[in-house]
Amino acid sequence: MAILEVSDLCKRYGAIEAVAGVSFEIAEGEVYGLLGHNGAGKSTTVEILEGHRRRSSGAVSVLGTDPEVGGRDFRDRIGIVLQSSGVELQLTVREALHFYGSCYRDRRPIDEVVEMVGLTEKIDARIGALSGGQRRRIDLALGIIGRPELLFLDEPTTGFDPAARRESWQLIRQLCAGGTTVLLTTHYLDEAEQLADRVGVLAGGRLIAEGTPEQLMASAPNTTVSFQMPDGVSPDQLALPGNVEITAGVVTFETDQPTAALAAITTAAIERGLELVGLSVRRPSLEDVFLQLGDDQPGQGVG
Amino acid sequence: MSWPSTFALVREQTRYQILTFMRSPVGLFFTLGLPLFMLVLFNALFGDGTVDTPAGSWSVQQFYTGGLAAFTAVSATYTNLVNMVPIRRDDGILKRWRSTPLPPSVYLTGWILGALAIAVLGVALQLTLGVLAYDLTIDSAKVPAMILTFVVGVACFAALGLAVAGLVPNADSAPAVANATILPLAFVSDIFIPLEDPPRWLELVGDVFPLKPFVNAFQNTLNPLVDAPAFTWGKMAVVLAWGVGGVVVARSTFSWEPSVSGSRRDKRRRGRQPSA
Repeated sequence: MAILEVSDLCKRYGAIEAVAGVSFEIAEGEVYGLLGHNGAGKSTTVEILEGHRRRSSGAVSVLGTDPEVGGRDFRDRIGIVLQSSGVELQLTVREALHFYGSCYRDRRPIDEVVEMVGLTEKIDARIGALSGGQRRRIDLALGIIGRPELLFLDEPTTGFDPAARRESWQLIRQLCAGGTTVLLTTHYLDEAEQLADRVGVLAGGRLIAEGTPEQLMASAPNTTVSFQMPDGVSPDQLALPGNVEITAGVVTFETDQPTAALAAITTAAIERGLELVGLSVRRPSLEDVFLQLGDDQPGQGVG
Repeated sequence: MSWPSTFALVREQTRYQILTFMRSPVGLFFTLGLPLFMLVLFNALFGDGTVDTPAGSWSVQQFYTGGLAAFTAVSATYTNLVNMVPIRRDDGILKRWRSTPLPPSVYLTGWILGALAIAVLGVALQLTLGVLAYDLTIDSAKVPAMILTFVVGVACFAALGLAVAGLVPNADSAPAVANATILPLAFVSDIFIPLEDPPRWLELVGDVFPLKPFVNAFQNTLNPLVDAPAFTWGKMAVVLAWGVGGVVVARSTFSWEPSVSGSRRDKRRRGRQPSA
């Protein structure tokens, strides 16, 4: 059952169309990733779904309600982790969770939330004394304190270093395992790949592709193979395909039949007693897919 | 599951506002500390003397304690709200509250009651210091007028604070707006300097804006030349009119969204990035 339905959503600011006819659905328990570069229309779309912004046209149903008129009941059922929204630095973690939690009908016990986000040891520390990553955990904690049926995660790891991102992903995965439906926005493709069940790609205010991360990757089927060219060997002797590039002694080529291509090359190498240093086979990433889709959509409006 | 009661929500919001205020050293100093310091200073400078006002001569401590207590009430409400609301708005804190099921009216009530509590504390500190250190006399027959004047003043200056906070473009300009609107007025409103025979236009400026009427009405409840019960209805009406205007303006200018020019949010965000 869809708990979020968007149909032909548009948002105009004067002559600028930030969101230009977006439609998608999210099923219960699903993690949906809305992917796009800055200005693609992600934040505008999400803020309309959260009830923070009014739409110009189109139909929106979130948890069976129109967010524009959902009011208090609606906000009781959703959780929002806003992009870089502040919190009172003078309060301790416990106090902030208490005050924000006190306005929900059903709230998780503070100790439980703090444990979920891994801040048990900091529960009585002032928020102002915490690191950036720890503050982001408070954002998450405040987002889930009211037991939301639907959680909005707006760019949850923007500005994080790689270690902090992996930590956050693990945390978000734990939350998702509990059955919470999540709408995630991100401009990191690996983040969508890691967390989302389904991904919608936004560019210029339009949804230009949608599917599971695997499906999206299947639409850019080429696998990249690369290795260092052994000394004193010509390309012919290694049975290389026609589209190879050799730059600074490194061979790179793309193929839609990696098994056959590799078999031919490695057989030829073994027959000559050669080791292929740095041999790697890379499947296409969502990044490649995204770049390809972006190329296919030139001159779309500004976001 | 039922909603928490409105009473419980208001109580928690008020507690939250008082707690965050009490943990802000700058706000504490300017709102509570500085007026106390001024009371000590003025009493040290002018000692047992008298001040001359159009109503006649009366003692220094009665004049200054009344004026500074009223000024403290204005600092706790108007100045405090004009400073703090834009900061929290640009930090995204207002938007965060707007994302919760807390009714907006309860949130604003929390601000106002929190400011009221701080004003009560500030005025109590002024009067206590006055009585203990400077032989301040409080006439029990004038206490009802004192309380009513205080309540009207606090409510109106809180409303004006919310109105001006809505007009302030961003957090960086908030302190300037707060000071530029209140400090010049304070000098023509019988707080720091008693004006015995001011130029006509200065007197007019003082009378038209709400600060001097509030200060004078409050001072009258400590003025030995004014008979009990010392209600100054005319001046309170001026304050009330401004308060009503404040409510009207606040309703149309109040915003939950960080300002577009609110660079603060981006600064905060950059500051937040954990180092690699």
